[in-house]
Amino acid sequence: MSPDAQPPAAGPAGSPGPATPTVPVGQAAPASAGELASPGELAGPQVGADEWVARQAHRREYLPSVLGTAQRQFERVGWWPRLAVAGLAGAALPLLGLGGFQLQVGIDALVVALLAVGLNIVVGWAGLLDLGYVAFFGIGAYAFALLSSNQLNPPNGVHLPSILAIPIVMIVTGFIGLLVGLPSRRLIGDYLAIITLFFGEAFVEIVNNVAPSKLGGPNGIVGIDPINAFGIQITSNTGYYLLLVIVLVVTMAVLRLLDTSRTGRAWRAVRDDSLAAGSMTIPVNRVKLMAFAFGAMVAALAGTIYAAQQISVFPTDFDTPFLILIYAGLILGGAGSIAGACTGALVLMVVYDGLLRSPTDAGYLFYGLILLTLLVKLRPWRRLGAVLAAVIALGFAAHAIAGAISSTAVAGGPQSTGWIAAALRYWVIVPANPQTAGNYGYVALVCLLIALVQVKGRWRTVLLVPALYLASFVWETRLILEPAITRQILIGAILIVMMNARPQGLLGTRRVESPT
Amino acid sequence: MAFFFKELVIGLYTGALYALVALGFSMVYGVLKLLNFAQGGLYMIGAYIGFFVIQWFGGPTGLTIPVPLLLVIMFVLAAGLVGGLGVAIERFAYRPLRDAPRIAPLITAIGVYFVLENSALLLFGAQFRVYNTPNFISVSSGIQIGSVSIDSVQIMVLVMTLVLMAGLWQLVNRTRLGRQMRAVAADREAAEMLGINVNFTIAATFFLGSALAGIAGVMAGLLFNQVSSSMGFLPGLKAFTASVVGGIGSLPGAMLGGLLIGVAESFITGYISSTYTDLLVFALLIVVMLVRPSGLLGQAQLQKV
Repeated sequence: MSPDAQPPAAGPAGSPGPATPTVPVGQAAPASAGELASPGELAGPQVGADEWVARQAHRREYLPSVLGTAQRQFERVGWWPRLAVAGLAGAALPLLGLGGFQLQVGIDALVVALLAVGLNIVVGWAGLLDLGYVAFFGIGAYAFALLSSNQLNPPNGVHLPSILAIPIVMIVTGFIGLLVGLPSRRLIGDYLAIITLFFGEAFVEIVNNVAPSKLGGPNGIVGIDPINAFGIQITSNTGYYLLLVIVLVVTMAVLRLLDTSRTGRAWRAVRDDSLAAGSMTIPVNRVKLMAFAFGAMVAALAGTIYAAQQISVFPTDFDTPFLILIYAGLILGGAGSIAGACTGALVLMVVYDGLLRSPTDAGYLFYGLILLTLLVKLRPWRRLGAVLAAVIALGFAAHAIAGAISSTAVAGGPQSTGWIAAALRYWVIVPANPQTAGNYGYVALVCLLIALVQVKGRWRTVLLVPALYLASFVWETRLILEPAITRQILIGAILIVMMNARPQGLLGTRRVESPT
Repeated sequence: MAFFFKELVIGLYTGALYALVALGFSMVYGVLKLLNFAQGGLYMIGAYIGFFVIQWFGGPTGLTIPVPLLLVIMFVLAAGLVGGLGVAIERFAYRPLRDAPRIAPLITAIGVYFVLENSALLLFGAQFRVYNTPNFISVSSGIQIGSVSIDSVQIMVLVMTLVLMAGLWQLVNRTRLGRQMRAVAADREAAEMLGINVNFTIAATFFLGSALAGIAGVMAGLLFNQVSSSMGFLPGLKAFTASVVGGIGSLPGAMLGGLLIGVAESFITGYISSTYTDLLVFALLIVVMLVRPSGLLGQAQLQKV
């Protein structure tokens, strides 16, 4: 076998290889640019069916009439105009006059989006479950902090210009990524996940305990220089916001090119079947290590900007809950798709960090999301109407009965504010002491939801009515009062629900994969 | 030398806890090839159940029933409820993903752990709950060997772990259910063709594994007194370490691994420094996994194509 006879890095016949070469020329819609979610239920492609067939079946599902034409036209647009428009729109947002809080939410969302795009390389493309990813973010932030503060070499410290510090940090972190990826040569799947999880834990332990005079221990490092190059310093939040938009767009463009390159195809081939990829002369180990290194470099880049913007870094910033947040963003948008990773992370962070902080917005979000889900999922309209009418009737009846039995049972009043509270005043029961009742309600709601998934057909519709009422009850009595915990439960629920209902995420492409 | 034995005893009973949780990991991994991260959360729920049983029967200082009966109720309730919770989680979150790519159930399991931990935070609050074991089981009630004293809770934990382990071994190797479990672990499709009720077998495995985690949680409450919503994360991780070190899927391996990790941890704490305990334990794991990925008692698996 001569080396120049090497085939493109596609999987073998029958195995789900990347379908890049099969996209018709006219419809240059790349996999990573995302395809619109098709309405209605689709029978998922079966294992063993050709991915191309699955994709075409998916493609035929257009919306009716004008909408479908628009959808088709949208798919014809190349990836870079879309990215440019999205980037310009993002950059123009501060012109609308965002307040300080909104701008901070935007910055956090962009950092997480950058991380999710980087994580997508390792998890989405190469299929390596890296649970220590947040440590690379931390290493980037700490390394940048050391190179741009008074921490090293006191009293003057080291103050490299950012144009020098950021590449150094990225290269060093990429190298550490290579080292952490080394076990992936021998270990796959769960074992790799646990090794990398330990790496993440170890990072937090190290910065907490080792060399407190340099790394600062639990007090972290403070007084970090802003991003500065050629005599320009970025000090305002607007500046960091714009910098992050530019960095994110450039990173996505680079990764888009990487995705369709030889390396990108090799990653996906290794993900789908590393044994077959190996026998197709793809250097499996080197390809895996590259994925780790690239992912680590993107994380480090995000870390440097994060550190400079925050002016300080602490060990708790890089803990496991943050890792799970990044994963939730990636999974929500769709692992394997750049646009999906970015959109998912942005949406999640705006919800998590912005909307769920204010009770009014959280209320709109909660009831809006429930109504939207019902609208999309409940067909035909008669069924939807019946369920809504039943829920409304159940609420008023329950409230009237509870109020007649004891006035303290309804003394609490809804905890929402504004017109939602006014609308729900005589509908949802809130006792004078909502905490205990809310706790019982929460447990009952979880049991009811599990039961709801188990039953089929008519009973599901019937059970939906008390479940909806109970959800509102728990929300008004308990969840809205504990926004910090509610946010975390939401993250966990996103992971579970997305994996079960739509594993490819909101924007990801359906992928046929043989179970291993 | 007394210090050595003291640390050894601490290591043994901590290791027994890890071993129990690790058994659950190993059993579930055996039948589903799923790393059930939720195990640490189930351990935490078990500890809370024990706490509420004590409160229900009058609190640590004013118990209304004899202590042995209390212990029995605690363990039985924790095992039953946590086992049931494990089955519910399996049906709700893992069953639809049985034929999905490997990464999907793993991410779901992380989500389940996250939901469990934060639900406990929501329901039981952020403050530590305290068992106050010394108030109803005297610390001096144990045995004294030389200068090393082992109190009765520690003895009970060790004996119970051994008994449970032996019982599980019998169950897996001698009963019909155990045979079905081994068949499903070996090849699920073939087992289904032979008429084994795969869903039931997997549910039973989840019940047993989760019940063990619940029992371990109650033991942790009795031994260490403190219960909190985040108490499950590190023990869960270390129990996983234990099952990998011993060879995942192997029950004696999980036991051996748990005891090894426990003893290693307590010696590192005693002789080196408590700051670096977790770091060194993880380093130990990485070394074992790189040198012998199939674990001490596990068998290397051939990759099927």
